Amino acid sequence: MIEHIISTLPQVLIDGLALGAVYAIIALGYTMVYGILELINFAHGEIFMTGAFIGTALFITLSGLGFLAVMPALLALLLVLIVTSILTGFLGVGIERVAYRPLRKAPKLITLISAIGVSFLLQDLVRFITELKKGNYILTGPSLFTEQISIKASSILSSFADAQIKSSTIILVVTAIVMMIGLDYFVNRTKWGMAMRAVAQDRDTASLMSINVNKVISLTFFLGSALGGATGVLFAVQYGTIDPYIGFILGLKAFTAAVLGGIGNIRGAMVGGLVLGLIEMFAAANLSVITSNVFTAEYKDVFAFIILIIVLIYKPEGIFGKAVAEKV
Amino acid sequence: MSLLELKNINAFYGGIHALKNINIEVNKGEIVTLIGSNGAGKSTTLKSISGQLTPKSGQIIFDGKDITLQPPHITALNGVAHVPEGRRIFSKLSVKENLEMGAFSVSDKKIVKERMERSFHYFPKLKERLEQKGGTMSGGEQQMLAIARALMMQPQLLLLDEPSMGLAPVIVEQIFDIIKELNDEGMTILLVEQNAYQALQIANRGYVIQNGEIILEGPGMELIENDQIKDAYLA
Repeated sequence: MIEHIISTLPQVLIDGLALGAVYAIIALGYTMVYGILELINFAHGEIFMTGAFIGTALFITLSGLGFLAVMPALLALLLVLIVTSILTGFLGVGIERVAYRPLRKAPKLITLISAIGVSFLLQDLVRFITELKKGNYILTGPSLFTEQISIKASSILSSFADAQIKSSTIILVVTAIVMMIGLDYFVNRTKWGMAMRAVAQDRDTASLMSINVNKVISLTFFLGSALGGATGVLFAVQYGTIDPYIGFILGLKAFTAAVLGGIGNIRGAMVGGLVLGLIEMFAAANLSVITSNVFTAEYKDVFAFIILIIVLIYKPEGIFGKAVAEKV
Repeated sequence: MSLLELKNINAFYGGIHALKNINIEVNKGEIVTLIGSNGAGKSTTLKSISGQLTPKSGQIIFDGKDITLQPPHITALNGVAHVPEGRRIFSKLSVKENLEMGAFSVSDKKIVKERMERSFHYFPKLKERLEQKGGTMSGGEQQMLAIARALMMQPQLLLLDEPSMGLAPVIVEQIFDIIKELNDEGMTILLVEQNAYQALQIANRGYVIQNGEIILEGPGMELIENDQIKDAYLA
């Protein structure tokens, strides 16, 4: 058993890092919106999904026009990432404007229901459009960045097995890191980032500082949704086939990651996502060995939610959150 | 010349008729104080001016412009700085960041720096604490930061909501000295206080509010001598 765990470890780390990077960036979207509005934006997983579809549609169009054959693939990816994130960014801003802002003074539960409604709406809308265009709602994009690179982990430690890494995985992880560093810089070092933190702490007082609170909220939705959409593109490139329902479970897990890191805490969401991705991949590789085939790899998803429940019971403020007394 | 004028303001807080036909005037260069007990409508009056609360009826004129229905960030841009009750500094932001938030509308970093230097002139203590998180400071320091943050806007009118609340007498003394100094240098101030004696002493004029109505008004020194006020607020 131990031998199996150790020998698969290099591959688990690589796959876990890739999946964790996806969770981390989606988790950022949840945590930023929660930090500023105390709203769990359940439509965020669907923004990620919409990004995956927009990106794949763009790739298919580019390849149909023959651009993909002449253009360097990385340049095409960069183009698709930028266009998709702008589109999903505005999608997020629009959702806030239409479905959340009119309800801002309503009880939180009402807004939550509105978010779930938006979530279904997006699923069906994407499914409808895809079926209309392709006759099938499951979409496969052109395969890109499929070179396999072998990592000779066995030369480091003889009990390690060699690991495989796809070049798309490297791109996914590197892009994710760049996005996270960029966001962290924006939030902590720029004036508008500071305004976001001020609004998150005390919306009324921020407005007295001549900060247009609605503008800051729109900006928050734009950033979270742009990052989510870009992650959708990376996800589609990495895993190939997508359907309109990928955002649901993935969104829930990313939300778990956000809770794990302390909801509202940006760096916490990043760490929470990585931890969750690693645990899930570890479970996928080793669950059947550890439980002598009682539970197989399919049960890996259960792990995310077991973690959610444990965190909510024992440390509801998350790894990086501080317990705060309810203001009276 | 009147800088701020409230005409027949009626405002509701939930179902409560919190302000009833309030008329207040603040002239350029004055300190005007609004005194009254807890729940009389003092903070509600300031919130109506800064736009955090929209009056049901009446008019608020600032610098010749009707600002009654304006959102708070626009009123702030027009030159009204509101230091809210309980200071409300951004506790997780550093002192420096709090001050920078006050100058949010200023894009020239040099001007922001100049204004920061000027606020250190009034509150030298803040200079030593720039990197400290706002929430870790004492009540008095937080009040100083809240006023300094408002001054970063270089406002035409400063609204102060109970700056003495919960502070030791020595600190209250310091803060009132600074308020006086600011006024001597030309700042127009509307000061809301429960600490009626101290407020009336530095004020040109005062209004007394009770259950949402102005029941008395007059020069500060005159109000201090008023028997009704002596009994109710200066006892």
